[in-house]
Amino acid sequence: MTSPPLLDIKNLTVEFATRRGAVQAVKSIDIQVAKGETVAIVGESGSGKSVTSYAVVRILDRAGRVAEGAISFSGIDLVTADEAQMRDLRGREISMIFQNPRAALNPIRKVGRQIEDVLLQHVQATRATAREKAIEALTKVKIARPEERYDAYPFELSGGMCQRVVIALALACQPQLLIADEPTTGLDVTTQKAVMDLIVELTRERGMSTILITHDLGLAAAYCDRVVVMEKGKVVETAAAADIFRNPQHPYTRKLMQATPRIGMSLADLLPDAPKGPPAEAKAPQVTPAGAEPLMRVENLVKAYPRPSAGSFLAKFTGKVEPEKAAFRAVDGISFTLARGETLGLVGESGCGKSTTSMMITRLIDPSGGRIVFDGADIGAIPAKSFAVSPMRRRIQMVFQDPTDSLNPRFTAERAIADPILRMGGISGRDALRARCEELARLVGLPVELIDRFPHQLSGGQKARVGIARAIALDPDLVILDEPTAALDVSVQAVVLNLLEELKGRLGMSYLFVSHDLNVVRLLCDRVIVMKTGAIVEEGTAEAVLGNPQAAYTRELLTAIPHPPM
Amino acid sequence: MNDMSQILKKEPEPAPGEALSAESLPAKSSPVLRFEAPPSTSLWAHARYIVTENPVTGLAFGLFALILLAALIGPSIVPYDPLASNTNAALQAPSRAHWFGTDQLGRDIFSRVIAATRLDFSIAVFSVALVFVLGGLAGVMAGFFGGWVDKLVGRIADTIMAFPLFVLAMGIVAALGNSVTNIVLATAIINFPLYARVARAEANVRREAGFVQAARLSGNSDWRLLLTQILPNIMPIMAVQMSLTMGYAILNAAGLSFIGLGVRPPTPEWGIMVAEGASFIVSGEWWIAFFPGLALMIAVFCFNLLGDGVRDLVDPQRRN
Amino acid sequence: MLKMIGQRLMTTIPSIIGVIIVTFLLTRVLPGDTAAYFAGPAASPQAIAEIRGKLGLDQPLPVQFVSYVTALLKGDLGQSLTTGQPVTRDIAARLPASAELTLAGLILAMAVALPLGVLAAVKQGSWIDHLCRIVATAGVSLPVFFTGLLLVYVFYFLLGWSPAPLGRLDVFASEPPGVTGFLLIDMLLARDLEGFRAAFSQLILPAVTLAIFSLAPITRMTRASMLAVLGADFVRTARASGLTNGKVIGTYAFRNAMLPVVTTLGMVFSFLLGANVLVEKVFAWPGIGSYAVEALIASDYAPIQGFVLTMAVMYVALNLMIDVLYGVIDPRVRLEG
Repeated sequence: MTSPPLLDIKNLTVEFATRRGAVQAVKSIDIQVAKGETVAIVGESGSGKSVTSYAVVRILDRAGRVAEGAISFSGIDLVTADEAQMRDLRGREISMIFQNPRAALNPIRKVGRQIEDVLLQHVQATRATAREKAIEALTKVKIARPEERYDAYPFELSGGMCQRVVIALALACQPQLLIADEPTTGLDVTTQKAVMDLIVELTRERGMSTILITHDLGLAAAYCDRVVVMEKGKVVETAAAADIFRNPQHPYTRKLMQATPRIGMSLADLLPDAPKGPPAEAKAPQVTPAGAEPLMRVENLVKAYPRPSAGSFLAKFTGKVEPEKAAFRAVDGISFTLARGETLGLVGESGCGKSTTSMMITRLIDPSGGRIVFDGADIGAIPAKSFAVSPMRRRIQMVFQDPTDSLNPRFTAERAIADPILRMGGISGRDALRARCEELARLVGLPVELIDRFPHQLSGGQKARVGIARAIALDPDLVILDEPTAALDVSVQAVVLNLLEELKGRLGMSYLFVSHDLNVVRLLCDRVIVMKTGAIVEEGTAEAVLGNPQAAYTRELLTAIPHPPM
Repeated sequence: MNDMSQILKKEPEPAPGEALSAESLPAKSSPVLRFEAPPSTSLWAHARYIVTENPVTGLAFGLFALILLAALIGPSIVPYDPLASNTNAALQAPSRAHWFGTDQLGRDIFSRVIAATRLDFSIAVFSVALVFVLGGLAGVMAGFFGGWVDKLVGRIADTIMAFPLFVLAMGIVAALGNSVTNIVLATAIINFPLYARVARAEANVRREAGFVQAARLSGNSDWRLLLTQILPNIMPIMAVQMSLTMGYAILNAAGLSFIGLGVRPPTPEWGIMVAEGASFIVSGEWWIAFFPGLALMIAVFCFNLLGDGVRDLVDPQRRN
Repeated sequence: MLKMIGQRLMTTIPSIIGVIIVTFLLTRVLPGDTAAYFAGPAASPQAIAEIRGKLGLDQPLPVQFVSYVTALLKGDLGQSLTTGQPVTRDIAARLPASAELTLAGLILAMAVALPLGVLAAVKQGSWIDHLCRIVATAGVSLPVFFTGLLLVYVFYFLLGWSPAPLGRLDVFASEPPGVTGFLLIDMLLARDLEGFRAAFSQLILPAVTLAIFSLAPITRMTRASMLAVLGADFVRTARASGLTNGKVIGTYAFRNAMLPVVTTLGMVFSFLLGANVLVEKVFAWPGIGSYAVEALIASDYAPIQGFVLTMAVMYVALNLMIDVLYGVIDPRVRLEG
């Protein structure tokens, strides 16, 4: 790094005007990006990582402004450059790609035209050559049949495909710097790998510099040369990717790194300063020996949805009747058992049917076929509508994916926890109820003084605890965990996972853990079921399935997880 | 359990810290949006903030108090009998004796304008209350239960919406007969689709919300879900809807009486008074139509501002 | 596209059926003796009975409904007692006047509202934004008949700039040959510039009255949807790729922002057609609105029924056009049907 860096951020402070005065989102940070270098900015929500990138291209919202510092890009001062100059730089020299690719594209303009707009703006093409160049850009990001895709609208493309288009758009003018802001958040792990591989390949090929903004330390370390860790608006550590896992310097990095689930860790390892112990010993004895009657047996479970009738109404008039399409089978005849005291992982990418399965088992929706035998009774036969009054209801509970969405904004934490008790618990008297709620709060580690608060007065982790307290309020036998940590930061996730594990042992519950994150599944689950397009592709102990996968799809999933250098 | 409580202390502090965070992980909106909506500490503080930050809303609340006062005690404090004609004092311009002047029959326009408040206000309140109950309930049930209830409510709303609303109100009053009750009914009917649709959409969104599903798992029946989970959460939105349609209800009622439907002379009512003064405009006696029209305008203006204010109060995020 | 229009056409059928049933119910089933209404207040019991027989009101309801629909299909809306003409003919003669007024009002409103709303959103917090806010709130608060009267007082009585508010043409101007029924266009076709000026000066005040009224919802919606779109991810992408402000606002934001505005037009038309009645009364405009008001005063019910039905059918047709327009802008609707 002898030549001057391509991008040099010095002492940058970004302020936002709010009701309560100016708030500093980024505080005196320094970041350098050399030519051809790939730098990751890693941080949890609120760290200021995205704001930094917006300040670089100067697309901060009206309320935000650079309060102090300098940003220099190949010798140009981006803080003081005039708007016309900035416009020329954006898209031509510095490009950005964002998370949620579908929303990042104009929904009512053909994707080809959107690429042309950028090419024409920066005089990289003329009206005559624009189409050809746009198709070329689509070809470069390995979109199949680019000529056809040129005429597609974003809603006609998949999420991964949209992200490719966004990349094509960003790289169309051969910029020197690409800023990728959480480019793969919300995409499936295999799609994530494909997109990240593509970004790295294309930028390396062109000798471009890249800034990858992410919350995922593993992703950052796997794909970048250097990692910048941000916390609450400050840069706390900058190190080579290879060093950051091996030898983190700052306590925050250590905490973050530790909380990121990886191979060879135990749940307790995720927590800072926790007594380390062999992970397996606590788990093993709880599971009932093979041969005993399992807690739940799912047999040939099916959920089919009728396809929207494809026959156009004109066709009906002209008498052309299209053949009736088979119903869409979201879950296609799966069978498995869940032993008492076991944690069973249900893994797969979006659309594989894992959530539908869990909804059927919680009896929120009715299966189209098959049996769900729970403790000897076929609960699948009880209609979802009347399951609320079934004595079985209290034995099967669920922790939801989004802690915010799953709490009634008008109920206090106490009222939320008390709800199942009020309906089915048989505890009478205000004091007894209050005592039980406080007991549950203590059990899930929610400070008792917080239980009179409303959800918007609680943090994400606290809301998650309320959700868990509600689920265990009636001592259920089975708790379905539907991606319970997907909406949480890694450090909070680590805490919540440990809490869940501890509660299971204390209360003698069984878990069905639905997740897309194999690293988390590995930590928490005894056995794993891998699902794809409504069917089970592989089943076995967590160790066997994740350590020595038999199905090609499982292997694909596993290799798609970013592997940071160890 | 020991290390659990340790972890506890290490967790970030609740909401205030979060509200300041500049970005959220699966951020759906621009990061800065979150700065704009700090957690409301209390409804009261928020109300005070709204009124002080936006003096126009404060003004609207003041006007509303005046209108309410005029509606309650107006008829008993006016200087003249609103119905007493005095041909000696016909068509007088505004003066000390007659602040708003007199009409062609010598009736005091100020007294008539004030006295009319009660009638216009009641028409608006009763029609809005009626449609709030009917439209709101129908919409919530349609959104929550779906199926045939949804189809039926949707069909009724669509049929009403197939008419230009004022024209339908004309038709209804013409057919049912010329009376104040029928004006209230007609105004409620033409507002039905609006209420039903808002309530339906809100209930429908929440039907699949996590907290409703969670309540289902807690053993709540459908009806209980509707009453404890859905209704309380859409009440604020319906309240905004109510205050926003109050102005429209008054305008509608006045419009109907302007063309001779509903209220009959000599009853003081703003719309009919404007109609009576209309023919004098071309000869320059502006005050006969002007003051009742002004009163009408101020009332509607006040309700519209109030609607915005209530919306700010209820839903800080939607303020713009 | 054709498929989309076809599908949309099908959905108007239940609306039309609903409209026909409602207009039928309004006069036949609801309390009050329809025959007495139709006979007028001065009719003897004998005359009422005669009318009842003549109208088929002694028949059972379904039979009445069938004969009502049959008559409708023949274009028969009954006779007006006041004009002595078939209602269909009266309405057909007066419809162009109403249509010309409504369209003029709408075009005027759009011409002001769209730029105002866009500017207010782009320059959020500036004076133009405040102006937009005032226009939006004041516009919906002004009773349309009151605005009309104020304009008449100022521009006719005080300033004398406008002609007397008495119809489409003053008594001295001669009617052009009726080609389109729209006076402005017919005058131009007849190359009668003086006549055009006369018609224009009669039209301007009522059109402005209507425009002020319908300005508010369009401005409000334009501003709100423009603001929402300007905050959308794809606008951020467009900005981050260095597109000019004009391109971002014009091509990217505006077209997307128009989608909700086009939807709002349906409601605006509902307001406009209703307000039209009041404006026609204020300006003695010889359209179908004032026809209905005159009939109301004379308790002449066939024209009112015909008027309500005509308005509803027109409104359904307008909504159909709005949906087609929406499909033109939004490929998601067009392609998925």
